[in-house]
Amino acid sequence: MNEEKKELNLPSRLDSIDKAVVEATEFASHVGFADDELYAVDMAVREVVANAVKHGNKEDETKPVEITLRNSTEGFEVTVRDFGAGFAVEDVPDPTNPENLLKANGRGILFMQTFMDEVEWFNHAQGGMIVKMLKRR
Amino acid sequence: MAELNIAERQAGDITILDMDGKVTIGEGSVALRTTIRRLLGEGKKKILLNLGSVGYIDSSGIGELVSSFTAVNKESGSLKLLNLTQKIQDLLAITKLLTVFDVFDSEGEALSSFN
Repeated sequence: MNEEKKELNLPSRLDSIDKAVVEATEFASHVGFADDELYAVDMAVREVVANAVKHGNKEDETKPVEITLRNSTEGFEVTVRDFGAGFAVEDVPDPTNPENLLKANGRGILFMQTFMDEVEWFNHAQGGMIVKMLKRR
Repeated sequence: MAELNIAERQAGDITILDMDGKVTIGEGSVALRTTIRRLLGEGKKKILLNLGSVGYIDSSGIGELVSSFTAVNKESGSLKLLNLTQKIQDLLAITKLLTVFDVFDSEGEALSSFN
């Protein structure tokens, strides 16, 4: 396999999360990332796809989750698009604030930012969110 | 095989849950939630989660630990953690939850701390 890019189109179901993680870690492994980096990719991809399935597409199976895996000179890139209402990342409460510590949700973005080197959010012109993450080599 | 297996044992009035597998969104998180709610329903309010064989946890699983902790506290009980792997310890540090949970490496010390 010498592909530089792979595209996935997965239904908005919880089992798509594991599928995306397997595809992403296999791709990253193939392009030379080590085991500890694969764990980081696993954690971040799990969170970004879970957010797209649950919060973006609200598990509506008619709405896909589009994922692009890319090997670039900078590193391993993952782009995930959902077809939900979108959100402003700056409006998401900091889960490490003492007042939020005992909340059950809201740690996914923290995990993405912790395990990847860059995470960016965009609103797609035709609706939905795009999350772009980079793991540098 | 289930994503998360939970074996239950008693040490006096303390219930120890030996967890084996993954605590992730869906099945693993639900298994933990169901078990904690059942124990509370049975009046078992001193709970020790042995995470030594939990190799993987995501933000949903971390959230389920927090929900379990608050549910037990609400019933005037106590939930503590035993045998964290390095990865789980790191995740609890990142989320600043090491300041929330009582965490032990020794089962004996953990059991003593309930009394």
